[in-house]
Amino acid sequence: MRIPCPYCGERDAHEFAYLGDATVTRPDPAAADAAQAFHDYVYLRDNPAGAHQEWWYHANGCRQWLRVARDTRTHAIAAATSARVSGEPA
Amino acid sequence: MSAPNRNRLTSGGLIDREKPLGFRFDGTAYRGYEGDTLASALLANGVRLVGRSFKYHRPRGIVAAGAEEPNALVELRTGARREPNSRATVTELYDGLEATSQNRWPSLAVDALSVNRFLSPFLGAGFYYKTFMWPAAFWEKLYEPIIRRAAGLGRAAEEADPDHYEKATAFCDLLVIGAGPAGLMAALAAARSGARVILADEDFLPGGGLNAEAGDIGRQPAPAFAAAIAAELMNLPNVRVMRRTSVFGVYDSGTYGALERVSDHLPVPAPFQPRQRLWRLIARRAVLAAGATERPIVFGGNDRPGVMLAGAVGSYVQRHAALPGQKIALFANNDGAWRDMLAAHAAGASVETILDVRAEVAPDLVAAARAEGIRVLTGAQVIATQGKTLTGFTVATASGTERIAADTLAVSGGWSPALHLTCHHGGKPRWDEAIAAFVPGTCPPGLTVAGAAKGIFGLGACLKDGAAIGAEAAGALGFAVPALDVPEVADAPFALAPFWHVEGSKGAAFVDLQNDVTAKDVGIAHKEGFRSVELLKRYTTLGMATDQGRTSNVTGLAIMASLTGASIPETGTTIFRPPYTPVSLGALAGHHRGKDFRPVRLTPTHEWARAQGAVFIETGAWLRAQYFPRKGETDWLETVSREVTAVRSSVGLIDVSTFGKIDLQGADVGAFLDRVYINGFAALAVGKARYGVMLREDGMVMDDGTTARLAPEHYVMTTTTANAAKVFQHLEFCLQVLWPELDVALSSVSEQWAQIAIAGPRARDVLARVADGDVSNAALPFMGAIEGTVMGGVKARLFRLSFSGELGYEIAVPARQGAALASALMQAGEEFGITPYGIEALGVMRIEKGHVSGNELSGQTTAGDLGFGRMASTKKDYIGRVMAARPGLTDPERPCFVGFKPVDPSRRLRAGAHFLNLGATPDMANDQGYMTSVAYSPHLRHWIGLGLIKRGPERLGERVRAYDPVRGEEIEVEICAPGFIDPEGVRLRG
Amino acid sequence: MRYSFLSILANGLSGQKGWAPAWRDAAPKPAYDVIIVGGGGHGLATAYYLAKVHGIRNVAVLEKGVIGSGNAGRNTTIIRSNYLLPGNEPFYEWSMKLWEGLEQELNYNAMVSQRGILNLFHSDAQRDAYARRGNAMRLAGVDSELLDKARVKAMYPFLDFDNARFPIQGGLLQARAGTARHDAVVWGYARAADRLGVDIVQNCEVTGFIREGDAIVGVETTRGPVRAGKVAVAVAGSSSRVAGMAGLRLPIESHVLQAFVSEGLKPLVDGVITFGAGHFYISQSDKGGLVFGGDIDGYNSYAQRGNLPVIEDVCEGGMALMPRLGRLRLLRHWGGIMDMSMDGSPIIDRTPVPGLYLNAGWCYGGFKATPASGWCFAHLLATGAPHETAGAFRLDRFRTGHLIDEKGVGAQPNLH
Repeated sequence: MRIPCPYCGERDAHEFAYLGDATVTRPDPAAADAAQAFHDYVYLRDNPAGAHQEWWYHANGCRQWLRVARDTRTHAIAAATSARVSGEPA
Repeated sequence: MSAPNRNRLTSGGLIDREKPLGFRFDGTAYRGYEGDTLASALLANGVRLVGRSFKYHRPRGIVAAGAEEPNALVELRTGARREPNSRATVTELYDGLEATSQNRWPSLAVDALSVNRFLSPFLGAGFYYKTFMWPAAFWEKLYEPIIRRAAGLGRAAEEADPDHYEKATAFCDLLVIGAGPAGLMAALAAARSGARVILADEDFLPGGGLNAEAGDIGRQPAPAFAAAIAAELMNLPNVRVMRRTSVFGVYDSGTYGALERVSDHLPVPAPFQPRQRLWRLIARRAVLAAGATERPIVFGGNDRPGVMLAGAVGSYVQRHAALPGQKIALFANNDGAWRDMLAAHAAGASVETILDVRAEVAPDLVAAARAEGIRVLTGAQVIATQGKTLTGFTVATASGTERIAADTLAVSGGWSPALHLTCHHGGKPRWDEAIAAFVPGTCPPGLTVAGAAKGIFGLGACLKDGAAIGAEAAGALGFAVPALDVPEVADAPFALAPFWHVEGSKGAAFVDLQNDVTAKDVGIAHKEGFRSVELLKRYTTLGMATDQGRTSNVTGLAIMASLTGASIPETGTTIFRPPYTPVSLGALAGHHRGKDFRPVRLTPTHEWARAQGAVFIETGAWLRAQYFPRKGETDWLETVSREVTAVRSSVGLIDVSTFGKIDLQGADVGAFLDRVYINGFAALAVGKARYGVMLREDGMVMDDGTTARLAPEHYVMTTTTANAAKVFQHLEFCLQVLWPELDVALSSVSEQWAQIAIAGPRARDVLARVADGDVSNAALPFMGAIEGTVMGGVKARLFRLSFSGELGYEIAVPARQGAALASALMQAGEEFGITPYGIEALGVMRIEKGHVSGNELSGQTTAGDLGFGRMASTKKDYIGRVMAARPGLTDPERPCFVGFKPVDPSRRLRAGAHFLNLGATPDMANDQGYMTSVAYSPHLRHWIGLGLIKRGPERLGERVRAYDPVRGEEIEVEICAPGFIDPEGVRLRG
Repeated sequence: MRYSFLSILANGLSGQKGWAPAWRDAAPKPAYDVIIVGGGGHGLATAYYLAKVHGIRNVAVLEKGVIGSGNAGRNTTIIRSNYLLPGNEPFYEWSMKLWEGLEQELNYNAMVSQRGILNLFHSDAQRDAYARRGNAMRLAGVDSELLDKARVKAMYPFLDFDNARFPIQGGLLQARAGTARHDAVVWGYARAADRLGVDIVQNCEVTGFIREGDAIVGVETTRGPVRAGKVAVAVAGSSSRVAGMAGLRLPIESHVLQAFVSEGLKPLVDGVITFGAGHFYISQSDKGGLVFGGDIDGYNSYAQRGNLPVIEDVCEGGMALMPRLGRLRLLRHWGGIMDMSMDGSPIIDRTPVPGLYLNAGWCYGGFKATPASGWCFAHLLATGAPHETAGAFRLDRFRTGHLIDEKGVGAQPNLH
């Protein structure tokens, strides 16, 4: 599997560390329902069979966190963008 | 050297008769020639019995001429280089080759286990699932050991593999897999466009089927045509032709795994050459041109040595000038096999009889055969065979049965495209009625199929298709492809009548020769409901052998289909898993074995420590000084105790460079640290350091360490050695993903700084002689952190920290100055008897002091468990705060961190012992916790421990049992506070 | 037909004509007391114990393909109960006890072979961790032995003791652990369940749930609607997809785990060995193939296949441990979809949706759990209460913090 790093070009996935679902966002810790929201954030996943937005860290490269759009059935990677760039990759 | 080859034609073939090669099979010497495979050389020498089958130990001969070979598996080479299950058909002959038959005892000719043959009526598919159950204990003691000894094929070497392996990566625009007619033309078409092409072929001679082709292409013989194209390709700068290279798997994003057999055709690899090389080929597009595999017809006695695939007979005759026998008969259902056999006859093989299951065969073929004096029987079926190795067979026709003498029976039931790689991404082949074979279905992205691999069986058509597919692939990548002049070859029409199994034939009729699966076994599977292809395979083991069912899968499916009345595609399809052909584990491992299994990280003072006599130990990736024994010391404990005592009484030094070091700069570093540590850092004064604990978002402790503020917007963090990479990655995640608005820049500086700790009452005296500036208690108080210089101008960071509990400093200098700093400190401390100490002594002192370390930071402990509950700020949010409040993490019954000492001070403590209350039965319900770390304290002169026990801090002074049955020990211990030495911390503030 | 030496003899003499289907190829009825979604080992074992232990025989197992075609047939066949934590250990030990009598119970030879599992350690810290685990096993009444290097060497002299990057210091042995023939477990449970009246319905994919109010009262399938008093889901690998049809999000990610088999060899590795300094474990099947594996690939996947980096990593571990493996050949490799839960431990529980029960999150440890998973899931379905050995496998433990995290790596499934 090869990931098109926006900084380093296409690199084999073994250079990267995987974290998981990039669609969950850290909740407001001060909110009244923070316990429930953090439970969902930390533990619950859509785990789709198909298009998936996910975090990969280019550990043996530019050390950037990338948001990667990948299909979990085919492993086909549509795009990868820097975490600092807002919005989902195509 | 042995006699000349009795079954070798005097001319023809692609062997070099000027280059004879001597080899041995089962101890007997033979002679072959350069260009031979082991199989062709054995046939040329008249060797027909080459192995014993897996289950029934039946005698077996060579069946095929390629990777599909099910029978001719041998142990190649000897000693540490012994290679079991090597296919004789793809083993390139070399001078001195030694091969041994396998799965037989005492000899190939007389095999004791061939009695299984007579038991075979009882050993049908799945028999072992139905028996060996009584009495229950006998399975493991009696039945299974017998089965294990009888099963298996060859024997592994008994020593470490002495050869080397390499891994390499190559990139190309187009990868062409297979250098037969389609592959050569595909590569040529793409290569002439300027595309970067890799052409990989498993054979040592490019050409594939062209090398066994009798006819001409253009005006040259087919092998010469292949050689000319291969030569052109090898001369092009944009082409890499990889011979002896099997592409074995299709992985993601255009990554192909390939195995290059660099030295397997040599007795031993040349100096500095690997035996094999694993290639990761990264291709934008790929063309699969792997050809097709012939399949047999199943009939009783079809496993007798001498029964072969027709194409293989043709190939041995044409390519190797080797005759599989002197009296050859053909049994077929298709025209192609007739033509192969007529060509072999023309080349000098003695084909005497041709049988065809079809009642009607093309008159020109029949006429051609009869013109050569070959007897033709149509509407004929072989119903039995005779001989230990084949001497004849019985044929049934409309007019009755008849015995015919033959030593070779060439069989052809049609051809199956070698579409294996197309299945590697889950693509399912589809059935093509016209050729009665599976053809590629959905292919992995970027892979297209050309020639026989997609069911095009005419040579002329394959050449054209290869050229077209190659051009298409290069064109799709944006290359301008010049037109290629493809030679015209007239293809005869494809004619085949599907026929799989001679029903009612006599004797065992083998579908899968290697796993001894018979047509009757397929029948059992049918009766018992194992009818879908997946169940059929698993129940009967059909297609699970080393040949992956290349010659058996389709036949087995067809027989099952005939039993159920369903069509072949309704019954299932043949799926192939990687690798295409078996790959040695050595190649997949490459250099990563022995000491080179993983890289070694050395500290900046490694050589200095070695000179001091250090004993080193592997700690994760690092090699660290464990202790520094001196002459006369008899065991490690004596050494370690001496080092500890030296530190506590005077001064010692240790390299602590392995700690992770992270540089943080920016306006928001303080705020950032407040969010990642449970305690506060924003208010930390410049020039001060603070101990911090960070959690994972799930509320468990992730890591600890000190972080110092060097300037208002500049902090430097230390992490534990083990978690250095993990913490850095976590901080980057927090910054880049969670809080990109913060003005913080991170940099890992672990490699840039050497860091040496000095500790002991004399530490300041030593430091003062090395530091260029003031290091007095006022200038550098406890938890102080300053930048300055040492050794007369070497940039340094000085931290007043202590892991040992003594007055201590950590001095960081640029990594290249580490060894010099160590020497300078040794010199400065000479008068105090400064002592280098290793991580064992460091561990003893941290346990004496009651600090947590890796054993306590298990990822299963909370801040509260480890006694950091009060450190956690209630005035801010931080990673892990919310989840740490869950009831399961705040349960007062959770085991908590305390110290332990043996009630009898002479007893040794053991980490990993569990705690039980006095008098409690040893069971799970009474488990109170466990000992995390132990050490012998030379200060207290007895063993001490740290551990986690339920409500620990409330139970100081209570006695419990440390229960350690795996080491046969159980002792009474007293719970105490975790600090065994200087609990008030007077020493480190001194 | 009961399998016996006599049945083999009789069929041998009669040309194998007397065999009958091992289980009926049932068509779905309109309604059952219990529907089990998933015809893998766990689902079939659940059905068997429902019928055998609880007398609930109006049961259907619905399988989208053929039984045993998921992870039940894609694992490395290891059985063991060498767990650390009290939430896990009694359950896996109960499973081991069921393995020990399985063949006689099912009248099917699943080739349970207690060849022993040896977990090697290479450092003092690892030794202490294994001592902790071995002692925890003893407290749970399970066999464990801590071996020093000399004893390991006596068992497996061919391991790399002399030239290793991470020298072997010893190992934790569970002698009662071993292997079983994975397909035979599936077929044995199927056959035994079928004989008790359970309908095994193949090629019947569940496409949705039938609801009445909040409650689930049946399933929609590719072979029509089927109603049930209780719907039990045992589809590890696809749990999120099936639960998603009921509107549930699970603490589970699907990951690919690769497994490997070599060409057949004469006996070489007697028991199961796990390497402590890399991701590699190995055993040898009765047919002679070395069966080995390592770490999961580490990314969400439903593809049932992995990539070269892990293949290489596994073989590197193999060569580091057993340098005589170099000239042996990898015959096949494949991938299974693992239900990687957020703490690395399974879930056997009712769900917030009335009528829907969940058996999921087996990570890469599902095969060894098969008998106890079936037993405990059946117990929950029949009695409404968790079985005493599976009480920790609750779905709400992530909310309450009563996690069962053997490795201590937290809520990151690819690290478990």
